[in-house]
Amino acid sequence: MSLTPDDVARLAALARIELTPAELAKLAPQLDVILDSVASVTAVAQGDIPPTSHALPLVNVFRDDVVTGSLSPDQVLANAPDAEDGRFRVPRILDEEA
Amino acid sequence: MDDLLDLDQVIERFDPAIGLEVHVELNTASKMWCGCSTAPGADPNTQVCPVCLGLPGSLPVVNGKAVESVIRIGLALNCDVAEWCRFSRKNYFYPDMTKDYQISQYDEPICFDGSVDLEVDGRTYVIGIERVHMEEDAGKLVHGGATGRIHDADHSLVDYNRAGVPLMEIVTRPVPGLGAEAPAVARAYMAHLRELMRALGVSDARMEQGNLRCDANISLAPKGRTELGTRTETKNVNSLRSVEAAITYEMRRQGAILSSGARVKQETRHWHEEGYTSPGRSKEQAEDYRYFPEPDLVPVAPSREWVEALRATLPEPPAGRRARLQAEWRFTDLEMRDVLGTEGALELIDATVAAGASPASARKWWLGELARRANESGAALDDLAIGPRQVAELQSLVDAGTINDKLAREVIEAVLAGEGDPAAVVEARGLAVVDDDSALSAAVEEAIAANPDVAERIRAGRVQAAGALIGAVMKQMHGRADAAKVRELILARLG
Amino acid sequence: MNPVLRRTAADLAAAIRSGELTSVEVTEAFLARIEAVDDQVHAFLAVDRDRALETARRVDAKRSAGQALGPLAGVPIAVKDLLSYEGLPTTAGSRILENYRPVYNATIVQRLIDNDLVILGKTNLDEFAMGSSTETSAFGPTHNPWDLERIPGGSGGGSSAALAAFEAPLAIGTDTGGSIRQPASVTGTVGVKPTYGGTSRYGVIAMASSLDQPGPCARTVEDAALLHEVICGHDPLDSTSIDQPVPPVVEAARRADVRGMRIGVVRELGGEGYAPGVEQRFREAVEVLREAGAEIVEVSCPHFVYALPTYYLIMPAEVSSNLARYDGMRYGLRSGDDGSASVEQVMNRTRGEGFGEEAKRRIILGTYALSSGYYDAYYGSAQKVRTLISRDFEAAFAQCEVLVSPATPTTAFKLGERIDDPLAMYMADLCTIPSNLAGNASASFPCGLAPEDGLPVGFQVMAPPMADDRLYRVGAALERALTARWGGPLLDRAPDLTRSVQALVDEEK
Ligand SMILES: [Mg+2]
Ligand SMILES: [Zn+2]
Repeated sequence: MSLTPDDVARLAALARIELTPAELAKLAPQLDVILDSVASVTAVAQGDIPPTSHALPLVNVFRDDVVTGSLSPDQVLANAPDAEDGRFRVPRILDEEA
Repeated sequence: MDDLLDLDQVIERFDPAIGLEVHVELNTASKMWCGCSTAPGADPNTQVCPVCLGLPGSLPVVNGKAVESVIRIGLALNCDVAEWCRFSRKNYFYPDMTKDYQISQYDEPICFDGSVDLEVDGRTYVIGIERVHMEEDAGKLVHGGATGRIHDADHSLVDYNRAGVPLMEIVTRPVPGLGAEAPAVARAYMAHLRELMRALGVSDARMEQGNLRCDANISLAPKGRTELGTRTETKNVNSLRSVEAAITYEMRRQGAILSSGARVKQETRHWHEEGYTSPGRSKEQAEDYRYFPEPDLVPVAPSREWVEALRATLPEPPAGRRARLQAEWRFTDLEMRDVLGTEGALELIDATVAAGASPASARKWWLGELARRANESGAALDDLAIGPRQVAELQSLVDAGTINDKLAREVIEAVLAGEGDPAAVVEARGLAVVDDDSALSAAVEEAIAANPDVAERIRAGRVQAAGALIGAVMKQMHGRADAAKVRELILARLG
Repeated sequence: MNPVLRRTAADLAAAIRSGELTSVEVTEAFLARIEAVDDQVHAFLAVDRDRALETARRVDAKRSAGQALGPLAGVPIAVKDLLSYEGLPTTAGSRILENYRPVYNATIVQRLIDNDLVILGKTNLDEFAMGSSTETSAFGPTHNPWDLERIPGGSGGGSSAALAAFEAPLAIGTDTGGSIRQPASVTGTVGVKPTYGGTSRYGVIAMASSLDQPGPCARTVEDAALLHEVICGHDPLDSTSIDQPVPPVVEAARRADVRGMRIGVVRELGGEGYAPGVEQRFREAVEVLREAGAEIVEVSCPHFVYALPTYYLIMPAEVSSNLARYDGMRYGLRSGDDGSASVEQVMNRTRGEGFGEEAKRRIILGTYALSSGYYDAYYGSAQKVRTLISRDFEAAFAQCEVLVSPATPTTAFKLGERIDDPLAMYMADLCTIPSNLAGNASASFPCGLAPEDGLPVGFQVMAPPMADDRLYRVGAALERALTARWGGPLLDRAPDLTRSVQALVDEEK
């Protein structure tokens, strides 16, 4: 397995991270080394082994359908980089709906 | 504008297949993962907390009622219920999603393998249900700029009140073989779901409020071919009429493309209420959602006892209930069709009958005067400021002879204006018919005196001429008289 | 050094309860210590002086009014800057949250407040708890009080250094792959990772949700146990929180009894790559436990060798998703919003500028591990191996009550030594990661100084889920025997930072 700077750029785009060419050039070989080192996992995971997603076997944890209250409008927007009329203001969206 | 092929020709040359993905907003009091209210109409961002705002460190906890609702829906759709399933994260960036992933279900839906029988124009269609799963809604965007449309907005504003409201997604299997009925069957399916949600009490199921949202997959295959054609997914189809229209449109558009020898592009399209679909922004590569099991939530493992207890709470299936009610109410097929054709009428009539009115009178009011008024104001029937209990009360006043039909309409007017219940309105406005014989007799005498020629004709045996005198008396009494009684008095006096 | 600083938390609480000391006196002593040494150690990112003193005064007033005080009332504590604490910046050591102030408290923070502990401030950490040296913090590294040129461990290096430098008697850490235990190990302090689900994660900024677990950090085993009791227990706000009583950890710490206990030495956690001094002190500690009455057996956990690669698939995958929300829309840094840039461009710029190198590395690695076409080979395989590692633990715990190993293969390495070699850095968590993958309880206790460099060595104890009390039995027995052998706590041998400053000043002259 070998990741090129182009692969890393594609992953970075998926992860919404702008990377400089220098970062791409540095990251690709580093990720390669890491991926090489984790390859053994694929080899040992052969056969019918149930995957573990949760460390402990808890199930059915539910809360009651009860309204317990919300933050105050001041608290909600306290950390907002930009706000307007009680709403979060965000840059223009290039949507599918053209 | 797209080239469109006549629907007849589309059906002649192609077999359509449809698939519907319907999102239903559940009507729980609190959100899916937190205790924020789901009540509509609140000021922006007043129903948000660290959890639904996705603040660093916050964690979701599943609303048990939402799980119950989804299991009940699954059972009502004849699904199997998973013995064990997990939530998954669907990862994608969008500013209406506070965590930049949606908690949903991926390969382990809570309900799966169901089916729905639909009757359309006397034929029965079976719609296969692939899955029913739980997820969460996103916030609402308002687009700033001159037009308020997304593509020329220079910024957007986000309200997260809706973020984290419980959503359920119902996905059908592709349904082939519907031919020209495809749009009508799709519409009937949506109407069925809406009715089912209300019968189960799990969603308000108001399409105009976005409680019920449909994405329609449509493909055409050349006649006789078994494999499905390339499909498009049309989003934003949010009324019964639109479901029918959007599917018809896509069939005609794809029919024109295929007939010209070109290929249909697999893409997402958007339905416009003006009556057409348009393509979404084409992406360089398919979205990669990187689903993985949600580590912050533990699996859901409904016990058999729990599922059976929920099954016991299911209401009568809608089709069976309709047949039962029609028989109980002694409505003709034609009358029943009118009832079913008016949104909300079945429920309202049922409730009105339950409140004591006769089925015929309940139907008369809801499909007559009240439907007219709803139409005038552009409101849904069940949005009117008068309910089944009040209509039943109104009818009992009519039955008791306290008011007549004409007065009843005035009472409705007053109830709608917020003047109170019918009996209170009659009392306050002094609308009761005059039962006082002396007052009525005086009015009759006066009418006879004022119309000697009419009186003469009645005396001569022309009984039908009494109408003119009755009219005069009613006018004199400002409508507050029982017409039958007036007639009786006139005939007795001149007979 | 003010003698108050060296007293244990249990002792300070008792002194406050008895009236020998006031909480204000104690708090002022630690605030003064921070003032005196933290410019060298850099354990704290924020010191909450006013609120700390206000809390201390309130505790003293409670006492004066004759109200009962809890077991740690009035005792100061440092909190890793990964836990939300209303009114104080919570940065996770990242630029992207530099100015973020939570509007709610983490459940653990709330419990500290409810139990009258005095929160001194927030401690430094690797960015989003990703690192083993505290060097990936956007706000500069923390220095190991034993040798300021060396790392204090990570990610919870701020908390461990604060304890070792006597800037706080107690601290809160979080442990995803060893971030409580490895820092404890390299600073000669006590660090406990409770059973997964034993402490609430609510309000703790997530790194890898299925692995993260907050826990107590202290200088003595009893102090850790007292703090464990305060912060552990069911939290309805965390779905993965276990709804069972907290194991009797304080009692276990006080009994300090390992007689008849079967202790398993994990064969796979030792040997090549382990520093000689680490192995030596570890073996000596095992002997100490044998002398104290434990039965020592050797056990094999064959899949532990896959724990590190498994971790480096599961953890980044969860990281890539957990760190998605830092997009500049609702809080934190927003970059590139010049009025014409699209939301996508602003998110890209914000995350490109806001995240440091290690965060980016892990997010991209995790994005890859989850991406379509690679999921089965990477994330899917890792989840299967996670099962194998849990089975190894189950088999081992069928043979013995606890497992032991060195906490980390080496003593504290030099700052900068591994920062450009991610794999070498990741090796620091070789011994600690299996317990995160399996979710069982695990701790590191001081077991001496490596002869070759005079730096602390940590002794790891691992117990089955919800048997956290066994960690304390072993840790306390070890502590009792070793303290007697050493003639005092290990930390008594750490350099006095104020004196070293004085020495520097003298040299200048
Ligand atoms: Mg969906
Ligand atoms: Zn909320």
